[in-house]
Amino acid sequence: MDHVAHLYEALSKVDGFIYPNEIELSWSILIVLYPYITGLVAGAFILASLNRVFNVKALKPTYHLSLLTALAFLLIATMPLINHLGHPGRFYELMITPNPTSAMAIFGFVYVWYLMVVLLLEIWFDYRKDLVIWSNEKKGIMKWVYKILTLGVMDISPKALKWDEKLGYIITVIGIPSAFLLHGYVGFIFGSVKANPWWSSVMMPVIFLFSAMVSGIALVMFVYMVVNYLRKQKIDMLCLDTIAKYLFYVIILDFTLEALDQIHRIYEAEESFEIISLLVSGKLNFTLIIMQVFIGMIIPLLALGFMQFYKPKENVRKFIYFIISLLVLIGIFFMRWNVVIGGQLFSKSFYGFTHFKLQLIGSEGFLMGLVWLIVPFLILAGLLWLLPPWKKSHTEESSN
Amino acid sequence: MAIINNKSPEKDRRKFIKTAGFITGGIVLTSALKPFKIMVFAAKEPEGEGPWYGIGIDIEKCIGCGNCASSCKQENDVPEEPFYFRSWVEKYTIMENEEVIVQAPNGGIDGFDQDVENEDIMKSFFVPKMCNHCHKSPCVQVCPVGATFDSPDGVVLVDQEYCIGCRYCIQACPYGCRYIHPEKKVVDKCTLCYHRIVKGLPPACMDVCPTGARIFGDLRDKKGDLHKFIKKHNCHVLKSHLNTGSKLYYNGLNQEVR
Amino acid sequence: MPLQIKRLLIVFAIVIGLFLVLRHFLIPESFGEEGHYRFLAIAENAALEAKYQGEESCKECHNDIVELKLEGLHDVISCESCHGPAHLHNISEESEDILKPGGRDFCGKCHSLNTARSDDYVLQIDIEEHNKGKNCVKCHNPHEPWQ
Repeated sequence: MDHVAHLYEALSKVDGFIYPNEIELSWSILIVLYPYITGLVAGAFILASLNRVFNVKALKPTYHLSLLTALAFLLIATMPLINHLGHPGRFYELMITPNPTSAMAIFGFVYVWYLMVVLLLEIWFDYRKDLVIWSNEKKGIMKWVYKILTLGVMDISPKALKWDEKLGYIITVIGIPSAFLLHGYVGFIFGSVKANPWWSSVMMPVIFLFSAMVSGIALVMFVYMVVNYLRKQKIDMLCLDTIAKYLFYVIILDFTLEALDQIHRIYEAEESFEIISLLVSGKLNFTLIIMQVFIGMIIPLLALGFMQFYKPKENVRKFIYFIISLLVLIGIFFMRWNVVIGGQLFSKSFYGFTHFKLQLIGSEGFLMGLVWLIVPFLILAGLLWLLPPWKKSHTEESSN
Repeated sequence: MAIINNKSPEKDRRKFIKTAGFITGGIVLTSALKPFKIMVFAAKEPEGEGPWYGIGIDIEKCIGCGNCASSCKQENDVPEEPFYFRSWVEKYTIMENEEVIVQAPNGGIDGFDQDVENEDIMKSFFVPKMCNHCHKSPCVQVCPVGATFDSPDGVVLVDQEYCIGCRYCIQACPYGCRYIHPEKKVVDKCTLCYHRIVKGLPPACMDVCPTGARIFGDLRDKKGDLHKFIKKHNCHVLKSHLNTGSKLYYNGLNQEVR
Repeated sequence: MPLQIKRLLIVFAIVIGLFLVLRHFLIPESFGEEGHYRFLAIAENAALEAKYQGEESCKECHNDIVELKLEGLHDVISCESCHGPAHLHNISEESEDILKPGGRDFCGKCHSLNTARSDDYVLQIDIEEHNKGKNCVKCHNPHEPWQ
């Protein structure tokens, strides 16, 4: 009885008519986190690429930090997904018998490609010289850890380093479309469900991609400020201003795309329009209008826009940037929430709504979700300790 | 490259006309050989031997007793709680003021009461629901591991030993026919009582139906009951615009039904 | 070719090789024989036991009642519609899971007045008014209604 108690409660709060199997939401907080986390990865990586491929020099101080942030989040990106499965132990089936017609089946391969071919390789090429130096300097276990990480390539002659630089560049160039693929693809998982009018939209992958960039950039901004605060280092304001500028541009794009999607829905006003407008004005009122649009978009947009014309003092700016990065991160989280949860609140009969209340505990509960949001920060701390960007040797700059 | 540049414009033009002619001719020829076919029903049976199952439901015959829904639970070990159904009955009441009331308390198992006045009702009817056993099933399309599939005899089945429980199929089914089994942690759905039909028994819901409102049969058998049913009545499938290739044909389906 | 690439190629070859070996051993028997699924799953689905066993199985012991029913208005209704699945009862007569329902609620599931029911297929009575409080089976034998 206990495991269905919340369903009886939901049943008593059903609004209108829903199919009898629709009372329980199939996808809960963990599937909200899955696009959120992959989005952070893709966004952070794209910010790093801005520096390397498009040669935005001001972003140099965050280059390695962005890469390591992306890696930290990518390492656990699959965990919420596996965690939510009815049979987590059968996850390997996704890799050995992927159904070619399933959007979800390709995830394993997109993930492995992105992790092994893009992110790990780029970081490896970038750190190889330092790994060699550190393995020579350190003693004990760490010496061996670094040695293994070099894969035994100990050559740090200028010729070999030139190759590192060149290959790293190629990987970054491959990486940009891969990051687009990773997150556009996650949008396609939702956008291709024709049974669900709230999801089914060609815009979905594009919107997911741009909101990913928004959240990733905000995350790097946040992490950069926190890390420098903890290390008691001065923040490079030019870098922060530049990140803020890009964040501003991307939010404008994201806002335009999402607005376009909604305007299109409203103007076409198809069969599902009534139920969706009830959804937006009712069940999603708070999470969509207030949290996603107002907190996550309008306020950051106004603040960042204002600061393109008038720059307050450094300390004030820092404070505003810090608040904005948090607001944006919260806003994009709610954007994922509104897509994933919102899409399941109304019945596919379009005659009513089910009721959903996030549980605190349990495998689909709030605390479980929180764990998967905290773990990547711990991993990031570990990565920063293992591969500190601030201890890298700076000879490569002379070659630039 | 150099050779092409040396070609006379005249030659180029002749070649262009020749190519264009081939392409146009080709298109005309192929369309004559393979004219565009308009399908009479949502799903056309594939080439092959043996039965290819479909379902017919006569809405006029359904009296809303809920026997189908309760027998289905018993036959297939569907949990008793009112959140899990392979088969259920909905009651549609269209009021004189054009308001549509849809109800399915406990999937219809406990029967239906009439809670509005007769005079206010324009029309009212029951709609039995079950898996549509679509030929182009969205659920089969999205299953990441091939744990749900369209069997050669046209029944959409679940491999519960292989299902990972990701619930993507639940999202993809436009008819709400799937649920996660709370104990098995895998997806569960109507199998058209596959274990019965292979033994020559009718599906449980059809066995216990007092009016014969549900029938099933072989769509390849042009003399069979199901084919006669489709031939005799004006049949519709649910949500035909989604092109799922549904093989559940309703007689007397109102447009309000979704 | 620089050493980095050579080394990475080796690493990737090992990873892919390991994946292929694992895949070879992990793919279940009969997968992909007919389509992208485990073909044995069809047989497993088919092998489940039927619980509703049909009128023929009832006839073996209760032929008289079945005959009686076949002459009345409830002729097309299968025994298990009201009595529940015979599966366990057929294994052991002692099994007490055979339902003997009666009462106004049960009969009302088909026979109570409801605009949604067609008169062509079921006789309906006003269950609120008709012989208030009496059990239907006191007057009507469900095996031969209207006798």
